[in-house]
Amino acid sequence: MDNFETPKQYQDYVDKKSPNSPILRNCLCAFFVGGLICCIGQVILDICKARGLSIELSGTVCSIVLIGLSAFLTGLNVFNKIGKFAGAGSLIPITGFANSIVSPAMEYKSEGYIMGVGAKMFTVAGPVLVYGISTSILVGLVYFVLM
Amino acid sequence: MQKLGKQTIKFDTPPTITSTACIVGPKESDGPLASYFDKCLDDEFWGEETWEKAESKIIKETVSLAVAKSNIPSQGIDYCFAGDLLNQCISSSFGLRELNIPFFGVFGACSTFVESMSLGSVFIDGGAAENVLCATSSHFCSAEKQFRFPLELGNQRPPTSQWTVTGSGAAVLSKSGNGPYITHITPGKIVDLGIKDANNMRCSNGASSCR
Repeated sequence: MDNFETPKQYQDYVDKKSPNSPILRNCLCAFFVGGLICCIGQVILDICKARGLSIELSGTVCSIVLIGLSAFLTGLNVFNKIGKFAGAGSLIPITGFANSIVSPAMEYKSEGYIMGVGAKMFTVAGPVLVYGISTSILVGLVYFVLM
Repeated sequence: MQKLGKQTIKFDTPPTITSTACIVGPKESDGPLASYFDKCLDDEFWGEETWEKAESKIIKETVSLAVAKSNIPSQGIDYCFAGDLLNQCISSSFGLRELNIPFFGVFGACSTFVESMSLGSVFIDGGAAENVLCATSSHFCSAEKQFRFPLELGNQRPPTSQWTVTGSGAAVLSKSGNGPYITHITPGKIVDLGIKDANNMRCSNGASSCR
């Protein structure tokens, strides 16, 4: 057994022994699955436009469909398998955001609808919302002052 | 009993491990040790509504099995030492509430079982008990829920992440018997070597248990 006197020695040992994440494979998977999700979004957008919806309305419909699809797949226990394969590819688009809200809602349903689903639904997405909205307020203020 | 060196205790009349029992979940059942377990479950819920209730049931059934195998009536067991990973050791407290045996809740994460056997041995060799029950449990799903992310979240786990066992182990220790014996115990110190990755349980726990 090696003897570790300092955290640094142990950290170096752990780094040497730990397998690294397969970065190239992860990047390729994320690129192609993320791209595929964006293509699906584009198809939905084009269909909406072809049916006579305005571009803004088509964008809204596209978001709703992708969120609905992601939430549904999360409920079927399929989305986490896609996520395991695709990583950021399925996490970064709006599908990941939907998944991050539906998954704690499912997980904490066993603790009731108020203290479980209601209170814990945003444990994963909460920080994104807090800092996303805060940042947009800051940017808005800067824009307001400069313009 | 007497203290040897810095942190070892030697027992005068080493307690015997009279009986043991073990129930495990589906993934553990797929492993090479499957034939050694008393019961392999094919369902993470074991007919319960939640993972926490399932874990309680697993420890309850494991303990019942260990007591039954020992041929000691449950009134003959003086104390129970048990713990798990959840807040307030809730799986053990709820799982063992019907046992009617004085209960010590133990928390040592990966070391809970050895810790409970160590404390039980001290009680026996010290003359405070004839028989003690030691048990622990964990459940992959309840542990992930409490410490990490929801299972349905589509994230990736790093290659160094480990699997929390779904299962429970229990042992009855007695003052006299034909062994195996617990002759010495050496509790480890807490050594923090600065691992910050919550997924990397082995590196963060391994170092502290070896001192």
